[in-house]
Order: sequence, then structure tokens, then C-alpha cells
Amino acid sequence: MKFYDVTELAVRNLRESVFRNSLTTIGISVGVASLVAMLSLGIGLQQLASRRLQKSGLFDTVVATSRRDLRNFREQREDAPTPADSPALDESARQRIEQLPGVVEAYPDIRFVTEVRFDDKPHLTMVAGVPFSAKNNNDAFEGMQGSFFTSDAASEVILQKSFAEELLGIKPKPGDDVTAIASLAKPLLGKELTMRYAERTTSSAPAETGGEGAYSVVSRQQTLKIVGVTDLDPDGMRGTARARVFLPLKLAQELHIMQPGLRDATTSGAPTYTSLSIRVGNPNQIPAVEDAIKKMGFSAFSLVDATRNMRQFFAVLDGFLAIFGSLALAVASIGIVNTLVMAILERRREIGIMKALGASDIDVGSLFFAEAGAMGLVGGALGVTLGWVIGHVINFGTNIYLQHQNFPPAQIWSVPLWLVLSAIAFSIIVSLLSGLYPAFRAARLDPVQALRYE
Amino acid sequence: MLKTHGPGEHPPDRCSAQAVQLPTAYTDTRTILRSGNLPTTGHLCMKLSEPNSLAVRTENVCRHYQMGETLVRAVDGVSIDIRCGEFVALLGASGSGKSSLLNLIAGLDRPTSGAVIVKESNLATLSREELAKYRLRTVGMVFQSFNLIPSMSLLENVELPMRFAEVDRRERSMLARQSLERVGLSARLSHRPTELSGGEQQRASLARALINRPQLLLADEPTGNLDSRTGTEIMELIRSFNQSLGMTVIMVTHEHVLAEKYAGRMLHLADGKLVADLYKDGAGKISEAQPTAREGPQ
Repeated sequence: MKFYDVTELAVRNLRESVFRNSLTTIGISVGVASLVAMLSLGIGLQQLASRRLQKSGLFDTVVATSRRDLRNFREQREDAPTPADSPALDESARQRIEQLPGVVEAYPDIRFVTEVRFDDKPHLTMVAGVPFSAKNNNDAFEGMQGSFFTSDAASEVILQKSFAEELLGIKPKPGDDVTAIASLAKPLLGKELTMRYAERTTSSAPAETGGEGAYSVVSRQQTLKIVGVTDLDPDGMRGTARARVFLPLKLAQELHIMQPGLRDATTSGAPTYTSLSIRVGNPNQIPAVEDAIKKMGFSAFSLVDATRNMRQFFAVLDGFLAIFGSLALAVASIGIVNTLVMAILERRREIGIMKALGASDIDVGSLFFAEAGAMGLVGGALGVTLGWVIGHVINFGTNIYLQHQNFPPAQIWSVPLWLVLSAIAFSIIVSLLSGLYPAFRAARLDPVQALRYE
Repeated sequence: MLKTHGPGEHPPDRCSAQAVQLPTAYTDTRTILRSGNLPTTGHLCMKLSEPNSLAVRTENVCRHYQMGETLVRAVDGVSIDIRCGEFVALLGASGSGKSSLLNLIAGLDRPTSGAVIVKESNLATLSREELAKYRLRTVGMVFQSFNLIPSMSLLENVELPMRFAEVDRRERSMLARQSLERVGLSARLSHRPTELSGGEQQRASLARALINRPQLLLADEPTGNLDSRTGTEIMELIRSFNQSLGMTVIMVTHEHVLAEKYAGRMLHLADGKLVADLYKDGAGKISEAQPTAREGPQ
């Protein structure tokens, strides 16, 4: 029989006992709904966790360092180029890295320890340059009081909470939250502080010795306006997070601040960088970007491996949720078997007639098989809709609870397209599997017996 | 008055395509037959060079059932040769095995032993798939209880075998309409079987049996559920198919009158065994001798 005929006859048969088949289909849709609701929660929680981690900037960043930096032993291997052969991590290297596929931006890490004066009191701290792009795409400054830098080279500064406490002479209290930052920011925002630093000036004439250019160090100071106070975790793993004073990156570059480890200014006088932070659009691309950077002759590392445990946890969680969700579908599949076996008994004579007219075992079996598949398709589609609604309701309820507990709302639920499609596909597959036995039974029905039966 | 044609009155080459000849006397059936084109190809006898070649041969065929502790010998060693174009009646009391023998010839059942040979192949050795194809292509069946599918219209019922034969949808609808017209049901295409009289249902079932142009028409008590007038109507239709199309007809019946009137040959069964094989000659005389006109090389 042609596919069209099988489908048409199957749909006709389903409509013949529409009430019973609807009940079975609803059973399937409840099964699919529970599966979708469970998995959408699992996926939603995973996405929530990933978002939180991505906000920290740990998992979308590769750090590249020059192998010339002799302090960096970590990546040194025997087959690696010797420090002398490896290229300099300069502006052209930065641009080449930025051209790599998947790379959003590459910016130099500028950090140095220096003295900052506020109210004529000296404070020694780590200062770091922050790329202007952090304003939009990096949630590291979430919960910041005040505002971000007005431009990439503005003489402005953002303070980390603990440094603000230090400046104001306040002892930190445990359990401080956003409101505490606001009270810290009030007396500081708009005030100025003075940063004293060592400027590295490259001599205009290249040194005769070649190789390392000659430079001198000049003591300078820069007045900076406090525009923001932020909550960045001082123990965070990312470089900038460990600093307590943040400058616009371009300003920091223009100041030509002397940094430790920056040993080899090139003869051309172009700046070289201690390390570059390379932000990648998708964490999945990190290994590829890392490899590309290594091929260029630099050392590269990232913290992407640290997420592996988290992903493993969620894979297990999703697995459990899927098993619980599938239980209802398993029950529903028994319903399909039951419905179709009933249908065989009811349509015994009809099967006998069809066989007498020349229907093959495959014709008869595929009719029942198609009926199971159709119930799976409709049940799957209904179930995904139902699961989507259930997930919505759970999410809504959770957010009401979170609001009552003074937590920010969170999207703990997500139904990606692949879940929709695979849930429907799974429903059809389960239904077809359930249809196997009835289809086989119908196909093997003895026509003589079936026609005798009244 | 109805005029009957015994098979002996027909020329021996009536299996050939040229021999399509409508019966002359029955007003009802004639109008019915005029209204549609009769299928003229695909028949076993037309494909064979010998007009008297065998349509069905059974060789010592047995069908035994185990019913609890007793062995039921429904068919017990029946050997018959049925030639192309013959109209054979299987007679016998209930339980004599006539329906069981018909089911064996129809390929609905398999013999316990022996052989049923149609078109040079032994049905006993065919696979389930091949048997289904045989039922689809070679056999048309008519039942006492009509066996139309109640949820389908007449047109859909007649189309059903063509679905299994994978006939194109448009062609299918056209052929089904023609076939229903042929049996005088063109006004009833969209009716459900339950909306029709018994005679109409049986005519629809005949239209369905003929739709795939079978070589064998097997009828299991086709008039059993009909009054005598509609029964006659159906029998006339069956005879017209036998005579005009050269279709071999094997009919199970327990009505001797009906068998003697329409069939050219009567096989009597008792307890699963063939007890009499009688022929009707041109004059309507019944004897054990085969009419000479029908004798062919065997």
C-alpha cells in the first residue's frame, strides 16, 4: 500500500473511535509534557548557571602570553620554540589574534601595583585597565554604583568595594550587599584621587646594541575622578578582578606605565604586552582559539576545563529528569498498546475482509503502525505545548517566590527548539515501538478465523 | 421469461478475448451490463493458449483441524481439476467441507497436506506475501454476508482492493465508478453499506470482487442472505461474468436448484470427501460424463 493510503486509512480508523483514541493521545501528551517540563527545567537551570559563570568572564576568555616572557614556564616544552624564536606579543600580534574566527576582541592586560593617594593618604594597590567594551557585554560590573567610564580614555576610575572601604577607613562587615555599596559610593563618587606611577619612555634613538631597546623610567602622577564603586570579587580568578582600582584601558595604555615582566620593548618602539585577554563569542570555540594562538607561537590558557565538572553535573541531572519525565510516557505507551489491541479485536472482521481482498501482512500491520505513529505525533505536539505551559507556570510561581524573598527574578526554565523537536520525535518513536506488537498481531491474524468471527 | 445458457452451448474458445458476449434475455442484468465497460484483459484463460487449460487443480488436498482432542477432517483428500471458464458449484451439507475447500482455493487457508495448483504454482508452498498477492491479483471473493466495510462508502469499499494493488488514486476512483455502474449502483456511490438492501450490497461486493480483474471468482453462498428474486439477480450477474468474461466461477451453495440452474458442473462433498462430480450437458441433462465440447488435452 502506498504511504498516502496507509495514512488516510489510519486517520479514518482513528476517527472511527475518536473518544478512545483521544484519551490515549491525551495520555501520550501528558507523558511528553512531563518530559518536556522536567527537561526544560534542567536546561533552564543549566543555562542560569552558565549565565552566572559567563558573567564572571571566566569561561569566554583565553589568556595569551609571549613565550619570551621567561617567567612563564608553564607552557614551556622541549618542542616549543625557544624564547628567542617566539614572536613578540605586540600590537600586530594582537590584531592578528583579533582576526581569528570566534574571537570577539583581544585586549592587552595592563596591571601594575602602584600608589594611589586619596585625602593625602597613600594606599598601595593593584591597578588594572578595563576595556571599554566591558560596559556592554561584561556583567562583571553588575550591581555597580555610579556609572561606567564616559570614554575609552577618560581620566576616570572605578573602585572595588574593599578598596572603597579602605579609602573611607571602614571595616568590612560580613553579609554586605548592594545597599552597602551604595552607602560606600555616596561619599566617593565624583571625588578625585591621584595615582602615582612610573612611566616607561623609550629613547628616541634605538640602542646600538640592538635587541632590547633602551628606555628610561620617569615618575609621574595622574588625577582621576571616581565614577563608580563595584562589587567585583577580589578573589575572582580573572586577572582584572584581582585588581582593586580600574582604569579605562586606553588611558592606561597611553600612560605607558612601567609594568613588571615587560622586558623586551622592540627596537621599533612599538609597545609589547605582557599578556592579552582574548574574549571569545562562544565558550565552545575556546579550544580552537587556544590552538590557533599556540600555533602563532604564543602561550595560551583558559579556564574552560573548569566548566567540565559543571556540565557533567547537569548531564547527570538532565538524565535523571528525563528518566522521571519518561515514566509518564512509558505508561502512555502501554495505553497505546491497549488501545490498538482493543482495536484489533473490534476490527477483526475488517482485517479478515482486507486480507481476503489481497491485503498483505505488511499492509495490515502498517495500518496499525501508522495509527500508533499518528497518535504519537499528535500526542507529542500536544504534549510539548502542555509542557511549555507547565514550565511557564513553574517559572512564574518560582519568580513570585523569589520576589517575596527579595531575590532578583530568574529564568529557570527554557524550551529550546531542539527539545521541542526531539520531544515530538521521541513521542513518535515510543508510539511506534508500542505499535509494533499490535501491528504484528493484526498482520498475523488468520483471515479464515477473522471472517468466521461474528 | 429468462432464458438460461448452459456452458455447453458456448463455443469452446469462449475464454478468448473475442468471445465477450452479453447474455440476451435478462432485462435487469442486460441494462446493468450495458452500462459499463467490461474488463477484457488480465484473465488467466486469455493468457493461456489452450482454451480448456486448467484453472485450478487440487491434488489429494487435506485440511485437518485439531478441535480439543478430536481431529476434524474438514477437507480430506480431494482431487479435482477445474478448467478455465467453468462454472462450478460446490455442494454439500453444512460441515461437508465445501467452504473449507473454497478457502484453500482462495489462498485464505493452507492445506494440511496435498496441493492446490493455480497458474502452475502450488499455493501450499507460497509465502504469506505471495499468497496475499495471489488473493489480490488472481482471486475475487464474494461472501454470504457481503463483507463490505461498514465505515466506508460503496465507492471506497470497491476502491479498497486497488489500494492494496497500489493503483493510482484517480484511476482507482474511475475504475471503481465503472465497476459499480456495471452492477447498477451508480446512484449509490457515496452510500454506506448499511443504507442499502441485501441485493445491492451483494452487487457492490461483486463489483469489488471484480475490480482487480481476477481470473477466479469464488463465491461462498452468495445468495444465502438474499430472497429468491434478488438471489436470482445476483446469480445472473455472476453467470454473465462467467460467460462474457470467461471468468472461472467456483460457488459454494447448498441450494441444488440454484446449482443445477447456473453451474455447468456440480461437485458434491460429504465429510470432506468428494462424493460426486456431475456435469450438465447442453440439454440441461446432468450426468457423470463430461460434455465432449469441453474436453481438452490434459
